[in-house]
Amino acid sequence: MLLQALAFYVFAAVTVASAAMVVVSRNPVYSVLFLILAFFNAAALFVLIGAEFIAMILVIVYVGAVAVLFLFVVMMLDINLTEMREGFLKYLPVGAAIGVVLLAEILLGLGVLGSGSVTIEGLDKAGAQVLAVDNTRAIGRVLYTQYFYLFQVAGIVLLVAMIGAIVLTLRSRPGVRRQKISDQLYRPKDQAVTTVKVPTRGGV
Amino acid sequence: MILGLESWVLARPEIFLAAATGLLLIYGVVRGEVATPFVSVMTSVVLLATAVLLFMPYREGTAFASLFIVDRLTTTMKALVLVGSAIAILMSRAYFEQVKAWRFEYPLLVALATLGMMLMISANDLMSLYVGLELQSLALYVIAAFQRDSVRSTEAGVKYFVLGSVASGMLLFGASLIYGFCGGTAFVQISRALLDGRGAEIGTTIGLVFVVAGLAFKVSAVPFHMWTPDVYEGAPTPVTALFAVAPKIAAMSLLVSVLMGPFKPLFGQWQQIIVVASVLSMALGAFAALRQQNIKRLMAYSSIGNVGYVLLGLASGSEKGIEAVVFYLAIYLVMTLGVFATILMMKRRDVMLENISDLAGLARSQPMMAFAMLIFMFSLAGIPPLAGFWGKLYIFIAAVEAKLYIPAVLGVLASVVASYYYLRIVKVMYFDEPAEEIDRPVFGINRAVALVAAFLVAVFSLLPQPLSLIAAAAAKGLFS
Repeated sequence: MLLQALAFYVFAAVTVASAAMVVVSRNPVYSVLFLILAFFNAAALFVLIGAEFIAMILVIVYVGAVAVLFLFVVMMLDINLTEMREGFLKYLPVGAAIGVVLLAEILLGLGVLGSGSVTIEGLDKAGAQVLAVDNTRAIGRVLYTQYFYLFQVAGIVLLVAMIGAIVLTLRSRPGVRRQKISDQLYRPKDQAVTTVKVPTRGGV
Repeated sequence: MILGLESWVLARPEIFLAAATGLLLIYGVVRGEVATPFVSVMTSVVLLATAVLLFMPYREGTAFASLFIVDRLTTTMKALVLVGSAIAILMSRAYFEQVKAWRFEYPLLVALATLGMMLMISANDLMSLYVGLELQSLALYVIAAFQRDSVRSTEAGVKYFVLGSVASGMLLFGASLIYGFCGGTAFVQISRALLDGRGAEIGTTIGLVFVVAGLAFKVSAVPFHMWTPDVYEGAPTPVTALFAVAPKIAAMSLLVSVLMGPFKPLFGQWQQIIVVASVLSMALGAFAALRQQNIKRLMAYSSIGNVGYVLLGLASGSEKGIEAVVFYLAIYLVMTLGVFATILMMKRRDVMLENISDLAGLARSQPMMAFAMLIFMFSLAGIPPLAGFWGKLYIFIAAVEAKLYIPAVLGVLASVVASYYYLRIVKVMYFDEPAEEIDRPVFGINRAVALVAAFLVAVFSLLPQPLSLIAAAAAKGLFS
């Protein structure tokens, strides 16, 4: 129980601290790295309360997709690449520190795995019966039946996001010349090539 | 059976709207920009058809494992929202054609936002509340920025998006606390937990405060109103017209069904919050609008003030109060659509006008438009016998009956202050030296909307009976 409480406080403290660093840090690349650290710690907190499915989803979706996307956006801002390379040594200590913290936490997490869940007084009314099966299975049982409606509406929300992204960014510029391969292939010889008789020593 | 036929029958207006929107989307994508006029007219037709579908045949009950509820109140509110959105789409064509942003996605996004509003009105669970709200908000963020070549429009979109996300975050945080302390997200579970005392802990109250804060943002009640003037001013005018009616009505309906439904046992606690928000909204709506020069900004403050009155009706917590809320919202819908239809007609040499001073001398050059505007302004100021007066009267009667004397008196005083700026517009139109002539409005949908709305507002006092019967039936649905 002591180890577990310790793990909880470590993960929680690192989450809060790295979340603060996301906001405070001047360099946007650091911000994104700290954001990833915060996501990992939040995932660890989920493992602690026995919600391994949400923990995995958090890592896959947020770290795997969202954070990398953020990193892309940050990189596409006006930070040029050579400057980034030059700063590699400068970034190394922070990057390494984050790596070490993560590694230590993974070890800690493995250490407390299976020693039960953290309970908070008064907040335990919701989930008691769910713990009878592991929670990936529990979600699978209700997602397409009981929560079918929410699942469908979430799909419509994603459709709106897609329409929105297209509406706000896609432009049809009239002046742009696109390559039309079929036009190129069907172009007759007399339009494409002219034969010029070049007089000897005359030049073109 | 969780997904029995009954669920599909109850949700058929929503399913119809979603399917029709999907088909129109495919049509628009295939045909490209030439499809825009057809898609926009069809979307309005679909929205109106959905409104008809609500009532034939009318049914009540819960669907989809109790995530979704249909009763008199939700049906009435949905009808208001659908009519508001359909008219807002029809009103927007001329404006968007002029700024060259007339694209088929606009009506479809409005339709999807309306779908979100219907789902949130019908929410019977904190989760379905959230997905409905998010569907609505996401579509609205996009259409706020729809005129993407205009800096102000994109700024409005970004502002609305960022602040809206914060509000959603607060709402979710509150919902998670309520879930933890009450042991469920379904409204029925929450209300059961609160009634038998299991959930009546301080954590539930804190959660409730966060949920109310998130919803107060959506209706732009005062401590959470900061976005409203900027977004209303920056967004394209037809979008502002939509914002001022449909999402307000939907979010207000949601607030009513959440507070009067599962959280009825905590009435004593939320009543204080709602009373404070209501009084502050009425006061800010009255005082902040006094110095506005831009008519869209003025309408933003006016809508904040109006939300204050509606909240006062909700704060009374009685059947009569809810009846007054429905009544007021219906009148507000007509008045606001009318005002915006008039604003959309104001052009000078094909440039849209937005300043109040541009209206000078309108009475001489365009007497019809000026007269319609006069009726709306008198009605918004609450001058009898126009419709706006009756709306306020019902609210104040409900508040007094619930012994909310001081808020009611403050509300009357605020409406006196507010009448200054409504009447100032009338003064500018009728007595100021004429500015350069305003273009003759071509006969179009905006003119028709303005005239019909002015007519409805003007003759309302002859027959308030039908609307008050509908409102009473809707309120009864919540209390039975």
